[in-house]
Amino acid sequence: MPLLKNGQIIEDTWSNLPESANDDQGGAALDVDLIVSLEQWQSDRDALLKRNGRLGLRLRSDQPPAEIVADLEHFDLIALDFPKFSDGRAYSYARLLRERHGFRGELRAVGNVLRDQLFFMLRCGFDSFEVAGEDSAEAWRGAVAEMSVWYQPTGDGRRPSGVLGGAFGRSRAVAAE
Amino acid sequence: MYRYDEFDHAFVQQRVAQFRGQVERRLAGELSEDEFKPLRLMNGLYLQLHAYMLRVAVPYGTLSSKQMRRLARIARDYDRGYGHFTTRQNIQYNWPKLAEVPDLLAELAEVEMHAIQTSGNCIRNVTADHFAGASADEIEDPRIYAEIIRQWSSLHPEFSFLPRKFKIAVTGAPNDRAAVRFHDIGLQIRRNEAGEVGFEVIVGGGQGRTPVIGVTIRKFLPKAHLLSYLEAILRVYNQLGRRDNLYKARIKILVQQTGAEVFTRLVEEEWDALKNGALTLPAEEIERIETYFAPPAFETLPAVNPAFEARRFEDRDFARWVRSNVSAHKADGYAIASISLKPEGGAPGDATAEQMEVVAELAEIYSFDEILISHEQNLVLPHVKLSDLPAVWDKLVKHELATPNIGLLTDMIACPGLDYCNLANARSIPVAQRISQRFSDLNRQHEIGDLKIKISGCINACGHHHVGHIGILGVDKKGEEFYQITLGGSADENAAVGKIVGPAFSYDDVVDAIDSIVATYLDRRQEDEKFNDTYARIGIAPFKEKLYAAA
Repeated sequence: MPLLKNGQIIEDTWSNLPESANDDQGGAALDVDLIVSLEQWQSDRDALLKRNGRLGLRLRSDQPPAEIVADLEHFDLIALDFPKFSDGRAYSYARLLRERHGFRGELRAVGNVLRDQLFFMLRCGFDSFEVAGEDSAEAWRGAVAEMSVWYQPTGDGRRPSGVLGGAFGRSRAVAAE
Repeated sequence: MYRYDEFDHAFVQQRVAQFRGQVERRLAGELSEDEFKPLRLMNGLYLQLHAYMLRVAVPYGTLSSKQMRRLARIARDYDRGYGHFTTRQNIQYNWPKLAEVPDLLAELAEVEMHAIQTSGNCIRNVTADHFAGASADEIEDPRIYAEIIRQWSSLHPEFSFLPRKFKIAVTGAPNDRAAVRFHDIGLQIRRNEAGEVGFEVIVGGGQGRTPVIGVTIRKFLPKAHLLSYLEAILRVYNQLGRRDNLYKARIKILVQQTGAEVFTRLVEEEWDALKNGALTLPAEEIERIETYFAPPAFETLPAVNPAFEARRFEDRDFARWVRSNVSAHKADGYAIASISLKPEGGAPGDATAEQMEVVAELAEIYSFDEILISHEQNLVLPHVKLSDLPAVWDKLVKHELATPNIGLLTDMIACPGLDYCNLANARSIPVAQRISQRFSDLNRQHEIGDLKIKISGCINACGHHHVGHIGILGVDKKGEEFYQITLGGSADENAAVGKIVGPAFSYDDVVDAIDSIVATYLDRRQEDEKFNDTYARIGIAPFKEKLYAAA
C-alpha cells in the first residue's frame, strides 16, 4: 500500500507484527520499526519494550485512545483504522490524541482512506496516509488545494474564517463589505 | 440578513468547482455510481425513483427577494417550472439533469446559496423559528446563533462522517415554532435569573421509526460557550453512537441507551476540557453577526390602522384570510403574513416559478426584502404594514397564494411519498389532496379551527406524522397501501408523540376515517377547546368507537 507523507509517496519503514505470531515478537528482528495491535501491546508489553526498534500502535475504530493514554510515551507512531470511509470515529480520536493528550509522533490513517477525506484527516492531525491507487500523490495535491476556506479551529493551527477567526477573520470580512 | 464575506464566497465557489470535477469524472465513467454516491450526497444530490433530486439549503429558512427570484429561475431552467419547499425549510428540485447540476450550483453560489450538507451523515442545514425577527414573544433572533452554527458546522473536519444525520434547530421564543424537542439538538434561547441570555440545550429528540422527545441536558448555557458545548455533544456522539445498525444510529438511541444522566455527564466532562479554548465566541463577534439581523427600520405607527379595519369589515374573504394567515408582529402597525402553499388539491409545499416571483416582488415592496420558509412548508412575509395587507392579499389572490388555511385542517404536512421517494411504502400527496378536497369548505375549516394533520409515506416519518394532532402513516400490507392513524401528537412546547388509534385504513377509506375523527372532536369539544385538549380529556375510546363502529 503506498504511503503518503508531506505530499510525497515514501517508502514505509514500518512493518506490522502479524496477528498470528506465536512467540512474543513474532520473529521480527529486534531493530525494525514495528506496529503492534492493542491486544499485542497488552499481552507482550515487557518484551516489546526491550526491543531496539521503534514501536507503533494500531487501533481499531472501536478502540478509543483513552485506553492507552498512560502509555503514549512508548509509541513513535499510532495508526488509526478507518474500516469504512463512513466510520468517522478516528477523526475524533486523532484530535484527542493531538490536542488533548499531546501526542507528537506520526499519526497514520489506515484502511478505507479516500482522496475526498484527506483534507479532513489532515485537519484532525493525521500526517501520514495509506492511500490505495497509483495516483495518490496527485490525489493529495488535489485534496489539499480544492478548499482554501474553513471555519473550524483545530490543533493544526490554521486560522479559521468567520466568527472563530478572531482579528484575522474580522479584518478580511470588513474589507469585503 | 446575513451577507457572505469573501471567505464565504470562496468557500461555496470552491465547492462548486470541486463538485464539477466529480461530476465530470462520473460522466466520463472514471467514477462508478457507488463511488460517486457519497460525493453527490455531500452536495445534496439524491437519486430518486425517476430522476435526480437536488436539495438546496435555505439557512435558517431566510431568503431575500433576489434569492427567491433565482430559485424561480432555476425552477424554470433546470426543473419543470416548480420547486418543493420542505419541512426543513429547504427547497427541492425533482428533475435536474446530472450534467447540469454544477451549473445550477454555480447559479446558487452567485446569490450566496448552496446545497452543502443537505444530505449525508453530517450536521444538516440549521433550522429556526419561521417568525424569527418578527414575533413579539422572541427573546432574541435565533438566526444570529443559527448563522454562527452554520459557519462552525460547514464541512467540519471531525464531524462529516457521523453515525447518522444530525439536525439542529434554534428558537428564540417560548412558543416553540421550530420543534426543538424533536431535533438531535434543540436550542431554546432563555433568560436566566441574572437577566443574561443563553440557551437551554435539549438533546436526543427525533421522529423516524423511534419517535422520542428530547431531554434537557443543560438548563442554561452562556452564549460564549455555544460552540464548545455543541462540539462536546458531537464528539461524544461521534465516538459512541451506534454504527452497526442504521436504525439505531441517531443520537436519540445513544441518549436512551446510556441514560440521560450518564450522557449528560459525558458531555459535561468533554466540555470541561474544551471550554474557554479556541471555540469560545468573542462578544464582539456575536455582536457583528447580530448586526446582520438587526430589525429593519420600522416606522412608528399606531397599533390600529383604519383602512385595514375597514377592509376587514367589508370583505369577508379578506377577513377570513387575516384570521388564519396573519399573526401579531412585535412592532405596532405591522403584521406577519403567512402565505399558504396548501391550496385545495395541491401538493403541499409546491410553488411554481411564477408564484416564487410574486412572493419575491411582494417581499421587496412590502416586507423589507425578506421571506421566511416555515417547517410547515409555507412562506412568510415577516414585516408587512397593516395598511399594506389589503394590497398584499389582492396580489396573492390573483396568483392562487391566498388560501386562508394556515394552522387549519388542510394546512397539512406531507412527505413526497411513493410518487417520488424510493423509501416510501405508500402515497402521501394524493391522500393530502383528497383530504383537502373533502374539507374544501373554508367556513367549515375555520369552524373546526387549529388542527394539524401530518402524513408520512413510510416509517421514516418525513411527514412528521408522530407529531400531528392527527397523524397518518402509510404502510404496505401485502402489496397494498394502508394508512395507520395516530392521535394527540404535538411538535410545539407541549411536545407529544401521537398514539395509534386502531387497525389501519385502506387508501379508499382513509379520508372517511379523518372525517369521522373530526366529527367526534366537533361533537365532544367544549367551547373553544383545541383538538389535543379534547383528546386529553375524553381519551382515545370515543374516537375509536365511532371509527370502527361499522366494522
